Amino acid sequence: MSDATRVVPPTRPAPSSVRRRTTRPVPLALLGALAVGLVAPFYLDAFWLQVGVFAFAAMVAALGLNILVGEAGQLSLAHSFFIAVGAYSYTLMASPSQAETGGDLVGWRLPPIVAVGLAVVAAGVAGLLFSPIAARLRGIYLGVASLGLVFLGQHVLVNAETITGGFNGRDVPPLTVFGFSFDDVPGETLHVLGVPFTRVEKLWYVGLVAVVLAWVFYRNLRSSRAGRAMHAIRDGEVAASVMGVHVTRFKGSAFLVSSMLAGLGGVLLALAFRHIVPETFGVLLAIEYLAMIVIGGVGSPGGTLAGALFVSSLPVVLERYSDALPFVSETPTDGGVTAGIAARFCYGTAIVVLLLVEPGGLAALGRRARRRLARAADERAIQPTPSPAAAALGDNVAAATPRP
Amino acid sequence: MEKFLQLLLSGVALGAVYALIALGFVIVFKATQVVNFALAGLLMVGTYWVARFRTVDGYPFLVAVVLGVAVAVAVALLVERVFVRPVVRRSVVAVAIMTIGVDVVLQTEITRRLGIDIVPVGDPWQSATVERFGITVPQTRVAALAVALVVLGGFFAWSKFSDWGIAVRASAENPQTAELMGVRLGRVSATVWLIAAVLAVLAGVFLSAFPAPGVSPTTSAAALRAFPAAILGGLDSTGGALVGGLLIGVAETLTLGYQDQLSFLGEGFSSVMPYVVMVGVLLVRPTGLFGATEATRV
Repeated sequence: MSDATRVVPPTRPAPSSVRRRTTRPVPLALLGALAVGLVAPFYLDAFWLQVGVFAFAAMVAALGLNILVGEAGQLSLAHSFFIAVGAYSYTLMASPSQAETGGDLVGWRLPPIVAVGLAVVAAGVAGLLFSPIAARLRGIYLGVASLGLVFLGQHVLVNAETITGGFNGRDVPPLTVFGFSFDDVPGETLHVLGVPFTRVEKLWYVGLVAVVLAWVFYRNLRSSRAGRAMHAIRDGEVAASVMGVHVTRFKGSAFLVSSMLAGLGGVLLALAFRHIVPETFGVLLAIEYLAMIVIGGVGSPGGTLAGALFVSSLPVVLERYSDALPFVSETPTDGGVTAGIAARFCYGTAIVVLLLVEPGGLAALGRRARRRLARAADERAIQPTPSPAAAALGDNVAAATPRP
Repeated sequence: MEKFLQLLLSGVALGAVYALIALGFVIVFKATQVVNFALAGLLMVGTYWVARFRTVDGYPFLVAVVLGVAVAVAVALLVERVFVRPVVRRSVVAVAIMTIGVDVVLQTEITRRLGIDIVPVGDPWQSATVERFGITVPQTRVAALAVALVVLGGFFAWSKFSDWGIAVRASAENPQTAELMGVRLGRVSATVWLIAAVLAVLAGVFLSAFPAPGVSPTTSAAALRAFPAAILGGLDSTGGALVGGLLIGVAETLTLGYQDQLSFLGEGFSSVMPYVVMVGVLLVRPTGLFGATEATRV
């Protein structure tokens, strides 16, 4: 730990040419998705918009988890805890004070946009507080220790009644930015191009902005010095420390940024729910987030978005179409299974099958499909096919991409 | 003082039950490097079928237990053969996450079957108690302690003296060498999954017996508390699983028993206590009490 053991401080990475090489161009598919996302509120009905808002919240938080698991290689089952910290911090800070409501619930009455910022910071601080423990533990020990955090969080959420509303939860104040309310304002509904913008349309754009920010942040982090340090830790802690990576510090920063994104996701989730209860933020949610990044592809931001969309919207979509689907019913009594249970079956099975078939998740499936399409296009153009050696090399490069 | 002894005895009995689950967790990890998160699911499957065979079909208790264990073992072997073995050579982390997927499916199925019902396991002890030397303990706790001690003793003897036990320990020590010596690693893997399932179901029966009302989705939360037990003892130490289980059991029971004095911690802190104890131990010893410190090669 003494300074004498520290050799030359690592030089800053060479100018942007290096950086440009490590950052791959934004996939067209994602740009397309963004364009669709921008116009969607003009065409979709409230149900799908609501699904979308929940999916955006999940995407932000899942990107955070993927930084931790995919980039830094730290297994965490505590993500639902950090999401809860974000959700409840926002609610606490933005709620009207006790004197105004006359109730028992404490509120700080901060401007909501400030509350959002502080909630993200609060979640980050929670992550930092956990990092001394995280720094000492590895692999599965860390996974189970972080599980403890979820149970501790549940306990606090149920017992700190004046802050969290206890078992029954509390209402989430709507978001307002500089006087513009992201909520239904009776009597003065905003119309954009003839489409009435209610709460859910407004929140859709908030969520979209948050996802874009989180995604850009993820990609920049990945190709930054910190991101490469995290990769080194993931691929071998001892090797990383020998190379001069401050393992404890970068593990700590991985927890910090991961839980900050979880906090932001938590705020969005709270806004989407309007009323939050402790039960939401249990072990099941932590497992769902793990499912999102595994299904999407560990270490792939694009895959994470797909995985988050899949896992978060599955139960609601199954419920919506329960009459059309066999085996799915609205009530548990008439033979079928409820949508929630069917959804859990689906993503549980999806994890198992994906890991059997393609451990890289949807992202790797996508890469495979793209390669096949490219090959088909090559053959159609009757170009000289790449020599077997080159093709094999290409496959090897793909196989050698680090996979935790 | 009497209250303390009473709680201590209850805690040791509960701890012995946790130790059963933790032991299953540890031997699977030790022999195959697989972290088996599906154990809680297997426990739920087996315990549910025990309760069903007993309460719905009316079989005698022992028969129901044997049948329930058989169901869980069948599921465990299936999971091991079909899902775990093809992936385990590729990545043990992937297998760990896969077992979470398996666990989700198993637990969901049991939750679906249970609905809002609580199925009693119909054990012969019911809510009867034993009174000796001024302390009162439920008979189920005494039975749990006795069964756990017998099973644990049997397991340690088995692993020490039988050929199968030696094969398991050999492949835990060094899989390549063991394979060269003629140990079939596939069979070892199946064996440890089988043992883990048996231990888990036995534990599950006692977790659902008095004072718990029966098998319900909350049983799996109790089963989950065996993970901290395995972790704090050291994931690769069978003795550690025993000590970890006892520690967790005693800590939980004492916290529950002295709830009134501990009211500043809030209601229901006893279910958090195992994790607090675990984190405390891990802060001092990052690989558990008896876990081997990893030697790393760069």
